[in-house]
Amino acid sequence: MYYIGIDIGSTASKVSVFNDQNLVLNFSMPTGWSSVEVSKIVYEKLEKMNIDKDNSRIIATGYGRVSVPYADKTITEITCHGKGAHYLLGEDCTVIDIGGQDTKIITVENDRVTNFTMNDKCAAGTGRFLELMANSLAIGIPELAELALKGKEISITSMCTVFAESEVISLIGKGTPREDIARGVINSITGRVYTLLYKHGIKGKIYLTGGLCEIKPFVELLSERLGKEVISSPLGRYAGSIGAALMGF
Amino acid sequence: MRPVTMEEIEGLRGLNSVKVKEAHEEGKKVVGMYCMFSPSEIAIAAGAIPVTLCGTAQAPIEDAEKELPRNLCPLIKSSYGFAITDKCPYFFFSDVLLAETTCDGKKKMYELMGKIKPMHIMNLPQTSEGEDSLESWHKEMVKFKAYLEETFGVEITEEKLRDAIKLMNRERDAMKRLHKLNAHKPAPLSGMDMMLAQWLKGFNVDKEYGISLIEKLIEELEERIEKGIFAFDESAPRILLTGCPIGSGSEKVLRALEEAGASVVALENCTGYKPLDVMVDEDPDKDPLLALAEKYLKTPCSCMTPNNGRFDLIKRLAEEYDVDGVVDLTWVACHTYAIESFSLKNFVQDELGLPFIQIETDYSDSDTGQVKTRVEAFLETIEKKSATV
Ligand code: SF4
Ligand code: SF4
Repeated sequence: MYYIGIDIGSTASKVSVFNDQNLVLNFSMPTGWSSVEVSKIVYEKLEKMNIDKDNSRIIATGYGRVSVPYADKTITEITCHGKGAHYLLGEDCTVIDIGGQDTKIITVENDRVTNFTMNDKCAAGTGRFLELMANSLAIGIPELAELALKGKEISITSMCTVFAESEVISLIGKGTPREDIARGVINSITGRVYTLLYKHGIKGKIYLTGGLCEIKPFVELLSERLGKEVISSPLGRYAGSIGAALMGF
Repeated sequence: MRPVTMEEIEGLRGLNSVKVKEAHEEGKKVVGMYCMFSPSEIAIAAGAIPVTLCGTAQAPIEDAEKELPRNLCPLIKSSYGFAITDKCPYFFFSDVLLAETTCDGKKKMYELMGKIKPMHIMNLPQTSEGEDSLESWHKEMVKFKAYLEETFGVEITEEKLRDAIKLMNRERDAMKRLHKLNAHKPAPLSGMDMMLAQWLKGFNVDKEYGISLIEKLIEELEERIEKGIFAFDESAPRILLTGCPIGSGSEKVLRALEEAGASVVALENCTGYKPLDVMVDEDPDKDPLLALAEKYLKTPCSCMTPNNGRFDLIKRLAEEYDVDGVVDLTWVACHTYAIESFSLKNFVQDELGLPFIQIETDYSDSDTGQVKTRVEAFLETIEKKSATV
């Protein structure tokens, strides 16, 4: 029996496959413009591995979860991220997930999500914000984080993504070193996470999921800002899909 | 299936807007009110019709934003938008408006609104505690009575006041009994219908008819309980909804909760149970205006400081209705409820030991997906809890 978790996020779609108790495969692809399309492609890929509706249990999660017609069940990304983080870390924890559209703090106790907080109605402090800022500096997010390590503390004061972008552009115009701007951009994200996290409350270790957990300098800067060790693991970006698959057990 | 009486109750919507027009044409006076601190009894005793004008629809907000800042609570913008666009028959037919110095947004908006129609403002104390507050609020009752007497050229006798108090207590009592039916497990009435029934009472031109409909609904629901017909089945998580007021048009969080399978059994907000909890003292030896002052001052609204009454009420309702979780709705830019949410969260989680979520949103549909995700995720945490016991 296969247990499949499909996490259709706003930027990337992630898939995890369990063969009975064993996690055998994770893959991801850009969500593109249509979550219906991407869910079709995922199914074709699975079929090539001889996995179909009959020999598997499929759980869909993420904002596009309703666009997976062949799913047995849909569960929110919050529950799945909590479950997946617990699996990857092997213990209860407080999960930080910086997604494309929102940032979430999730408390996992006894392998269950007991509480969560999400940022409100706005791209400030999300992955999308980082992406836009990196674009205005004409670099990628990994380079941005790398640069930030070497930068001096400056702050980007605008909370709103649109205004922050023009702030960055004017800093470039003023000849502010890119390292410092990068540092400012990262600081505004880590600062948002800081307030969200402390307002929510911390229980156990802090575990970062989502695409940013692969970027070491970012994890480092986040730990520094939070004043606590932030743990991540290479599979952290699959926490949602792994959790979804596990929810099918 | 929905209780049949709900259709009649919904019929009040159309009926009341016709009735308010007829009443106006007959020369009856209409007093428009905005808040649960408004003593409708005094208006009734003056022979006038009290109506609740709180804006609960998104539609007039765009117009309101031509004059008001965008980052203001949607309820205030909606109320003001209705006033300047003449889209609300109840506002249109109101002869005078009654407002209170509640939250900052409202009281500053009233300065603008007062230019459109005659408005009386009652100076609400900032705390419900202490003799001074009660004394000054009592004086405000005296002033409002004098204002209506002068404006409408009527005399508000003590007898008329006592009758009005009795009438409104009967309405409160009926509404309260209706609300309490949902303490039954499972709940006989959906939260959506409960909200509607409570909300529509604010427009009732004929109070007696309104009360009789609620009595009829109660009877129907009692029969249903006996027959085992409920709005939700046993497994639906039972939710207490608190926070900012809601009404038809601003029910999106309530709707999202029930669409996701929850049974919203208790509405603690001021458009639900909050104003029903305390009756007006009918003691014949007590000054009826003092009795009114006492009752309204006890409204546990976040514009009061401290607002311990709200925590007590939530605790009581959570126990009485045996709820599985508490949802705190705060409208964007409502500072008083948003700040209080932090203490409420600690209270609910630590002292009541219940799951809690604050949802901040406005009247628009722009975040429907996000609200849905939050609500579903919240219910998932609850479902798992009950699965372990
Ligand atoms: S929330 Fe408070 S201020 Fe607002 S309408 Fe209700 S009672 Fe009045
Ligand atoms: S919801 Fe809050 S901001 Fe809006 S009118 Fe009521 S107390 Fe004021």
